[in-house]
Amino acid sequence: MINASLTALRRALDDKQISSVELAGLFLDRIEAHNPVLNAFITIDRDGALAAAGDADARIARGAAGPLTGIPLAHKDVFCTEGVLTTCGSKMLANFVSPYDAHVVTLIKAAGAVSLGKTNMDEFAMGSSNENSHFGPARNPWNTAHVPGGSSGGSAAAVASRLVPIATGTDTGGSVRQPAAFTGVTGIKPTYGVVSRYGMIAYASSLDQGGAFGASAEDCALLLSAMTGFDARDSTSLERPPQDYAAALAPVAGAGDKPLAGLRIGLPREFFAEGMSDEVRAAVDAALDQYRALGATTVEVSLPNAKLAIPAYYVIAPAEASSNLSRFDGVRYGHRAADYGDLNDMYCKSRAEGFGAEVKRRILVGTYVLSHGYYDAYYLQAQKLRRLIAEDFRRALGECDVIAGPTTPTTAWALGAMGDDPVQMYLADIYTIAVNLAGLPGLSHPCGFGAGSLPIGLQLIGNYFAEGTLLATAHQYQQATDWHQRRPAVAGV
Amino acid sequence: MSLSNEQVGRIARLSRLAISETEIDVTRTKLDGIFALIEQMQAVDTAGIEPMSHPQELATRLRDDVVTETDRRAAFQAIAPQTEAGLYLVPKVIE
Repeated sequence: MINASLTALRRALDDKQISSVELAGLFLDRIEAHNPVLNAFITIDRDGALAAAGDADARIARGAAGPLTGIPLAHKDVFCTEGVLTTCGSKMLANFVSPYDAHVVTLIKAAGAVSLGKTNMDEFAMGSSNENSHFGPARNPWNTAHVPGGSSGGSAAAVASRLVPIATGTDTGGSVRQPAAFTGVTGIKPTYGVVSRYGMIAYASSLDQGGAFGASAEDCALLLSAMTGFDARDSTSLERPPQDYAAALAPVAGAGDKPLAGLRIGLPREFFAEGMSDEVRAAVDAALDQYRALGATTVEVSLPNAKLAIPAYYVIAPAEASSNLSRFDGVRYGHRAADYGDLNDMYCKSRAEGFGAEVKRRILVGTYVLSHGYYDAYYLQAQKLRRLIAEDFRRALGECDVIAGPTTPTTAWALGAMGDDPVQMYLADIYTIAVNLAGLPGLSHPCGFGAGSLPIGLQLIGNYFAEGTLLATAHQYQQATDWHQRRPAVAGV
Repeated sequence: MSLSNEQVGRIARLSRLAISETEIDVTRTKLDGIFALIEQMQAVDTAGIEPMSHPQELATRLRDDVVTETDRRAAFQAIAPQTEAGLYLVPKVIE
């Protein structure tokens, strides 16, 4: 059961081979056994999970089960969960029990899925290693001396070690795709606006987007289908009908052993230039050979402004963060300093104590670039570069159906290896950030291993609303390969 | 570009973040590194390029001017640091 796909779990639940309560108990026991080492969870909600599982069993007995009814999952701790601690990885919200559910949480509850708890993350989703969590870093299950990536590191580590079959995440500059690559799981960030941001604690509002983790594209498709749909409470939610991504996975009739015949995969020249480690290049090249064997053709494309994505991102994201995080003032919720003088002193001390070093740095950068006299030089210039980057993708996706390349330049680094220089870590997101600036969907799937059995991911980027194409493409790859079925030894799977 | 300690102090004040003299030095060094990265943008000629604020061109939706929210004051104030008689308590602002 621990290793089963969602489809197999669905069958076992429907055939009464196992109850949802038993299934939740099985995974809760695994979480309690392995979390002391992996630190993938900030909160384990055994009581809430067992109650929800009981409800799911009743629903299954009534014959009213949907695809996710009775399936255990975990939410990244960025999603507000009513009555359950929601910390966002921060001391600022270390005691915040949300009074309401995020839209994603509401949808997933309505689908009958069973939340086992909340996963670890970089504070306010700012980081690429999970080392910025107030609750200590989550560990990479493939080698616990290494990071699981970030910011959704806990969700990725939990799925990779089968503490839970699927998990939610969010991706502002790569925070689903990069940890998916580092932990050998599949992760998808949909088109901006497809998943409601209501109740998803804001970092950079024009970039933040909810996403899904699973062992396979098929599992991600089932979870993502339950997360999407219009929500009037998010002003950027797109008015599109809910999507059934799992249905899009069905192979084309008569395709035989060339299920991807006709698919044009674009390879950006800039992603295959310097910067990628040899082992990542070898694994990505082998995956592309596999795609060609499945019938796809590859064509070189160009994203000439991709290198500007990191500097543009580190203006736009901190600017939006400095505005969003101004709500944490120690008045209505969150941390308040114990000793203070006047109101301003209370704000300054509460915020200085509640936020960690990286969050403070990004607030300072954002405040500076938005301050009087600097707006045009920084924020406006970054938005113009954003346009150039989006135009690059528009041109490239006119010459191909999907873009492929590495998700990350290297495999997961050792804890502490990035040292004290924040810029070193920023540069590790070179392949993922441009996708958020353009608002396009991106997916990472495992495609091999580097030294020390550390996983390597391949990134697929699609046009707006091409989530189904990305999932179907990865699904065909996973029908022909078994990288996604490899499991780390750490949690005895 | 490199920031002065005075500039870092000013940004911290604007950000409502208390910062000690010793923290200012460390923070300034890190911010200088970040701005060195950001400055790469300035080499690009963007004359005539329309700024892109958002991935989707969206019009602001309007809704009917009716009350849709219920009163949840008790639930919201239950998580506040300090309240009294249904009010949020803060240090005295007006003498």
